[in-house]
Amino acid sequence: MPSNQQHLQHLYLRAGFGLLPEQLPTALQLPIHKHVEAIFSDSKSYQSLNLLNDNELRVVKLLFSDKEERKEMAMDALNRGRELNLLWMRQMAESKAGLREKMTLFWHGHFATRTLNAFFAQLQNNLIREKALGKFGDLLMSISKDPAMLQFLNNQQNRKNSPNENFAREVMELFTLGRGNYTETDIKEAARAFTGWGFNQQGEFVFRRFFHDTDLKTFMGKRGNWGGEDIIRMILDKRETAVFVTRKIYRHFVNNTPDKGIINELANIFYESEYDIGKLMNKIFTSDWFYSPKNIGSRIKAPVEYITQFRRQFGLQFEPENALLFIQKLLGQVVFYPPNVAGWAEGKNWIDSSTLMVRTLLPFSIMREIELPVEAKDDGDVNTEFLAQRNFRKLKATANWDALSKIASGSSEKEILEQLAAYLLQNKLSDANKQLILRNTPTANREAAVQFISLSLASLPEYQLC
Amino acid sequence: MASRRHFIKQSSLAAAGTMMIPAFLKAFEAQALSPDDKILVVIQLSGGNDGLNTVIPYRNDIYYRERQTIAIPANDALKISDELALNPAMEKFRRLYNDGLVSIVNSVGYPNPDRSHFRSMDIWHTASNSDEYLTTGWLGRYLDSQCNGICQSHQAIELDDTLSLALKGHNVKALALQDPKKLYQAVHSPVYENIAKYGKPADDSHENVAYLYKTMAETISSADYIYQKSEIKNGYADYPNSALAKRLKTVAELINGGAQTRVYYVSLSGFDTHVRQNQQQTRLLTEYSEAVYAFMQHLKSIGKQQHVAVLTFSEFGRRVAQNASNGTDHGTANCLFLMGASLKKTGVFNPVPDLSNLDNGDLKYQIDFRSIYANLVQDWLKADIAAVLGRNFEPIRLV
Repeated sequence: MPSNQQHLQHLYLRAGFGLLPEQLPTALQLPIHKHVEAIFSDSKSYQSLNLLNDNELRVVKLLFSDKEERKEMAMDALNRGRELNLLWMRQMAESKAGLREKMTLFWHGHFATRTLNAFFAQLQNNLIREKALGKFGDLLMSISKDPAMLQFLNNQQNRKNSPNENFAREVMELFTLGRGNYTETDIKEAARAFTGWGFNQQGEFVFRRFFHDTDLKTFMGKRGNWGGEDIIRMILDKRETAVFVTRKIYRHFVNNTPDKGIINELANIFYESEYDIGKLMNKIFTSDWFYSPKNIGSRIKAPVEYITQFRRQFGLQFEPENALLFIQKLLGQVVFYPPNVAGWAEGKNWIDSSTLMVRTLLPFSIMREIELPVEAKDDGDVNTEFLAQRNFRKLKATANWDALSKIASGSSEKEILEQLAAYLLQNKLSDANKQLILRNTPTANREAAVQFISLSLASLPEYQLC
Repeated sequence: MASRRHFIKQSSLAAAGTMMIPAFLKAFEAQALSPDDKILVVIQLSGGNDGLNTVIPYRNDIYYRERQTIAIPANDALKISDELALNPAMEKFRRLYNDGLVSIVNSVGYPNPDRSHFRSMDIWHTASNSDEYLTTGWLGRYLDSQCNGICQSHQAIELDDTLSLALKGHNVKALALQDPKKLYQAVHSPVYENIAKYGKPADDSHENVAYLYKTMAETISSADYIYQKSEIKNGYADYPNSALAKRLKTVAELINGGAQTRVYYVSLSGFDTHVRQNQQQTRLLTEYSEAVYAFMQHLKSIGKQQHVAVLTFSEFGRRVAQNASNGTDHGTANCLFLMGASLKKTGVFNPVPDLSNLDNGDLKYQIDFRSIYANLVQDWLKADIAAVLGRNFEPIRLV
């Protein structure tokens, strides 16, 4: 049974970063459920980010360096952070394990962390990738012991005689239970249980027992000599955690407008399966409601999704790739630089007069090597000012027109337009838009028509949705 | 009035023939600024300006003890009171101060301060508590509160190509533009203009598609409108040559042109002075001081000094003690400026920071910045404090 093209694309856009044009013809021959199976099996093996082998910012190393060397190391760290960003962006665009990369991006926003240490950033990213489709409890436990997180939410400073509540608060408010499902006392008591959780220079978790508060604690009404692991276990025992996380997954992967009935049903499955993420995602992708018209083409693409889908659909190769940092910055989502621990605000928050203008002008600008008429803002932090650098503004990429041309096999411009629109857009195209594009389409040769039509479609508001 | 209506009919949106025209026309009429309406200009000093070297406690021994190489010598500082002096780079600012156009508020901050740039700026932008994460900004929510079904993004303008969180509301987001002409040209580039003018969604009921088309239509209409207003020049040109001055000049021109914009937002970046602070801060404070001076003179020349309040803030101040690189690291409370000819209180509003009573080497805040926002929201922009700030803060009556 062949697949409905729109359903098939919906699956691949949500469970990954979209089908490549060259995959489409054969993919259409298989039924959807076979594709769901293939998506999961393709994500079994995957590639970690292997840019750094070691923590280059070790305190020992810093102490024994002179001023110039330290400066160089700081510069080096910035460059590494930049390379790491581009490496992951490339991997998202090229990896066969599309679902795993998509889940990694989702959890990267969920467990949003910033660190200046590129090695720690890489460690966390690889940890998330490894556990992205496993048990949520494993992921949560590992993240709680991850150096970037311990550093970011100040658990390194969380000690018996001076507890720091930052991690204890966020783990409940943002990672698991959500507001209203715990008390201020729970936060204080949990913070005591996490005292002594730290990390060493190699980025390994260290339990520093002299800093740990061994007295009795009362968490969620239960009294005991709790440690951090106990707190995490008790948080997972609460069904509210399953509802909170499922709701976020639903809003990200299905529809920004939550459906309480479906979310509760999914949350039960999630909870009963001991938080099996893979099972939950599988249930979503195999449910009929996932393919209902109200879910297809309903989401405003996050900037990284937008860029990555664009790269895949057009086979874009940026030269130099630094332009991708600039585009991320302009559009408001730079991977490894979430705005705060709550991650990126999604949906309509992505769109304002400026970001939509950039998205509208970008496709033709890249192909015609036109500088965008916008500059990125320098946010004042010396560590991120590179993102606004002028020399990153040059946009240049090549596209794989052959692949798009094969999809557009029709002979007339109208047919070419219909075929490309069916591939590039998940929403229906109005007659007005079709006329608008056809009126301006060059008729000299087929290739020019394919290029113009594809880029025009990618400039439309409909292209911002998937 | 007649000419404005004429202009709107000529503008691209009218030509687009969409269903939004009547609403737009109504919006332009309903939300026209009356001559008494007040305008707020926000200047953000990004990176954490060192307040102690901006407004200097030149009689304080602790200040000189903690800043052996970067303290500003008392003889160089521009004295404004028995205790305080301005950074020598702020000569022009001192003139404004002497003219009674400035209010300096010391020790402004918030409880449980965060020393990270982006997080602290987030807090200033959203007016949240330090353990609270909001996705809308205080000025964005002001726009929301003003929007009765008809929302105009250009009621607030950020003089930049990208939009800050402060100006993003639930329903309305401000307009971002660095230069009216540049934006005008960008939205009239063939791709953008064609889609905004002639493009149409297949299905009006699709919420997000409609939202995207509406954003494009509003952007082109606002860009046209703002460009037209910016072209009404009064010829005032006595500005220094700097990025900040250029942006403030645009603001003054738009005010002169009668644009219906209540809020303008401008940033100056580079205040993250961990290394060799004095050199960098001198350059930045000179740029700041000269630009606001020219701006205030421009406003005076068009009779608008009474109608404009200028708020200057930074996401945090810096530590009291300098570091080993002749710079300063991230701190907490900071000074803040209000400027204008309608201030209720001018001069130094509250006592100088107490350097002998520190929190881990950092200043303790005395005034929550949200009580200053509350004042601006209620008494200047005439909006509801709770609607904009999420709850009631007791305003400090500066304007």
